[in-house]
Amino acid sequence: MKRIFLLGTMIAAAVCTTQAGAQELTGTLKKIKDTGAITIGFRDSSVPFSYLDDNQKPVGFAMDICYKIVDAVKKELKNDKIEIKLNPVTSATRIPLIANGTVDLECGSTTNNADRQKQVSFTNTHFLTASRFVSKKASKLDKIDDLKGKSVVSTSGTTNIKQLTEVNAARHLGINIIPAKDHAEAFLMVETDRAVAFVMDDILLASLAAGARDPSAYVISKDAFSKPEPYGIMLRKDDAPFKKVVDAATAELYKSPEGAKIYDKWFMQKIPPKGLNLNVPMGAEQKKAFASPSDSPDPDAYTAN
Amino acid sequence: MFSNFDYDVIWRSLPYLFQQGMAFTLTLTAIATFFGLILGTLIAMMRLSSSAVLSGFAVSYVNLMRSLPLVLVIFLFYFLMPYVGQWIIRSDQPVQVGAYASTIVTFTLFEAAYFSEIMRAGIQSVPRGQVMAGYAIGLNYREVMRRVVLPQAFRNMLPVIFTQTIVLFQDTSLVYVLSITDFLGAASKVAQRDGRLTEMYLFAALVYFLICFTASFFVKRLQKRISIIR
Amino acid sequence: MARPLHGFLPEVVWFSRGTARGGEGVNYNWNWGIFWDQTPDATGTYFGSLMSGLEVTILLALSAWFIAFVMGSLIGIMRTLPARWAVFVGNAYIEMFRNIPLLVQLFIWFFVVPELLPGDLGIWIKQLRNGPFIAAMLGLGFYMSSRVAAQITAGINALPKGQRMAGTAIGLTTWQTYRYILLPLAYRIIFPPLTSEFLNTIKNTAPALTIGVLELTARARSMQEFSFQVFEAFSAAAAIYLVLSAVVTIGMRIIEKRLAIPGFNGGK
Repeated sequence: MKRIFLLGTMIAAAVCTTQAGAQELTGTLKKIKDTGAITIGFRDSSVPFSYLDDNQKPVGFAMDICYKIVDAVKKELKNDKIEIKLNPVTSATRIPLIANGTVDLECGSTTNNADRQKQVSFTNTHFLTASRFVSKKASKLDKIDDLKGKSVVSTSGTTNIKQLTEVNAARHLGINIIPAKDHAEAFLMVETDRAVAFVMDDILLASLAAGARDPSAYVISKDAFSKPEPYGIMLRKDDAPFKKVVDAATAELYKSPEGAKIYDKWFMQKIPPKGLNLNVPMGAEQKKAFASPSDSPDPDAYTAN
Repeated sequence: MFSNFDYDVIWRSLPYLFQQGMAFTLTLTAIATFFGLILGTLIAMMRLSSSAVLSGFAVSYVNLMRSLPLVLVIFLFYFLMPYVGQWIIRSDQPVQVGAYASTIVTFTLFEAAYFSEIMRAGIQSVPRGQVMAGYAIGLNYREVMRRVVLPQAFRNMLPVIFTQTIVLFQDTSLVYVLSITDFLGAASKVAQRDGRLTEMYLFAALVYFLICFTASFFVKRLQKRISIIR
Repeated sequence: MARPLHGFLPEVVWFSRGTARGGEGVNYNWNWGIFWDQTPDATGTYFGSLMSGLEVTILLALSAWFIAFVMGSLIGIMRTLPARWAVFVGNAYIEMFRNIPLLVQLFIWFFVVPELLPGDLGIWIKQLRNGPFIAAMLGLGFYMSSRVAAQITAGINALPKGQRMAGTAIGLTTWQTYRYILLPLAYRIIFPPLTSEFLNTIKNTAPALTIGVLELTARARSMQEFSFQVFEAFSAAAAIYLVLSAVVTIGMRIIEKRLAIPGFNGGK
């Protein structure tokens, strides 16, 4: 009984002190200050956004952006010693893990759309990509309708598998949709002929195909399931103070020459682990997204004219 | 058919597979066994207690855990635990529970249900006369349990406990679904990065086999020795 | 009793205020009506999708159980034969399938076996529409067969030695002794452990989601991904598993009672 009482008073005491601090800081910022750590969610194989390099360390375009955000958070909290914790996420786990506080920033290739904005928040767009499919040249598939009646893989928990599911139903294609845990696993299904095609964001498909044993064996469809959609770094919903810091940091980075430099590093130069060069120059939409940073989920907001 | 095998990929990734992957697998197994066994013993004692509430709780807990697939529990707990933590310490935000901590708690709670069944059998294997004798010489419930019943229950059940630990060791591979780097997770990451599924999965199977086979061999010897003592 | 409450009450007040602030507390919006919403493929409701997952779970469990039962019986019987080689083969079989985690075995059936088969056959298997289901069925079936085999052996060995001798004495062949004396008794003895192995088979269908089988847990996961209602999805799946295992347990108890031979400890 005594112990329970002690525990009760301890909790009450803890509550009182945190309550006093709550007037200055709230939400994620407060949590980072209290714990002295920020947790970044990373991906296994979202090349070149967030993936494991040769030492199985997460690297990538989105990871670099996130480290810049962490710098801004350090400045905001006037604490240089904030520790960065890394937590693996998959397409299927990322949204619940942001919501339940396991991860503070999800740094990968998450499509920002209106549906997801009801659950989570996104900072300024860092990339734009359309949903297409990759297949072996030998299977001669070009249009979405060519997939009729075939086995097609996509990563579970993505907008892409949802689009594929919807198209499949709308056009009565009878496609056998196989969900995979992550992009590398999904691509392997095509590489090993278990599925004829893999539906995903075209940039990820391009990176996976470029990293394959025989890159020339693959082709990415011209037919797209969607317009180019924005990618954003995910954070918790309804956390205005934290979002303000993150938005300011990303806007500053994207507009500065450093934004273009980081882009160059991951899309125009050799990247680990195999030293391949994706060679994807910045398009007009991407330039616009960087020049006037926005967290809009609407693909039309990014069309450059 | 093994002519185009790339043994080098295994050789190159050995440090990663064992220092990171196997290290986590073994840590998870050890911690979950230790705490699962303690919690399982408590649940077994609750189940055998005269209180209808306690034994009812224990029965429901064990039946619930034993009816659910571990994969489902791993997912559910991973998403649920921060909210439970929030509720327990009455914080204003969900408590951050990382992937590794989350799996450790999940396996402890899940395996406790199985260990409790083992310990229940163990406690029941101690002749009632000994319990009575304990009370007769003036020991209370706690002392009877601690000094008479549990040590014998534990010893009688040792082979079964070890067997369950081997099962637990194999079950840890399911954390793969969370992209955690356990031994299988490490093997599959290398396999997918280098496109060497055949080599890596066969190697993983071989390693798991050698460990489990050796362990169960010793468990069998232990079993024989214990049955002689009794 | 009043004391801990004293420390407890203010927190409750504070806690509810914390969540009410919204900006800070992370709200989880419950929506139990979600099950009647349409899935993105517009072919039905989320409830319907979970039910189709349940169907796959049951089909997979039954077909894997068929393999487990047949192979387990064969191997289990082999281990009780007088021939030493039969015992050795049986033991090796059990050790192999028991000492490799189920998930690894599934990966081997799905990813590795087709690669090791001769070219055309491998490709043909890989392109089977229900390839993941077949791999899962084989993987789970053989995995469970080692456990069934161990039970069968134990059941036969638990019979009094006299039973076997009696068979030999009245001139039955080994096959006849098994068929008419040993097995009918042994299967009755091991009925309860076999029931629990069948329940394990049902639970062990869940790891098949890793190779793309859309069973119950996979359906719950995809419902979570599309609707974002994590806890509704997984709790519903959990409830379905509970009901399923209760139904199987009760059904098996009824059968068990019918099979029991009065005066023999078979049913117990």
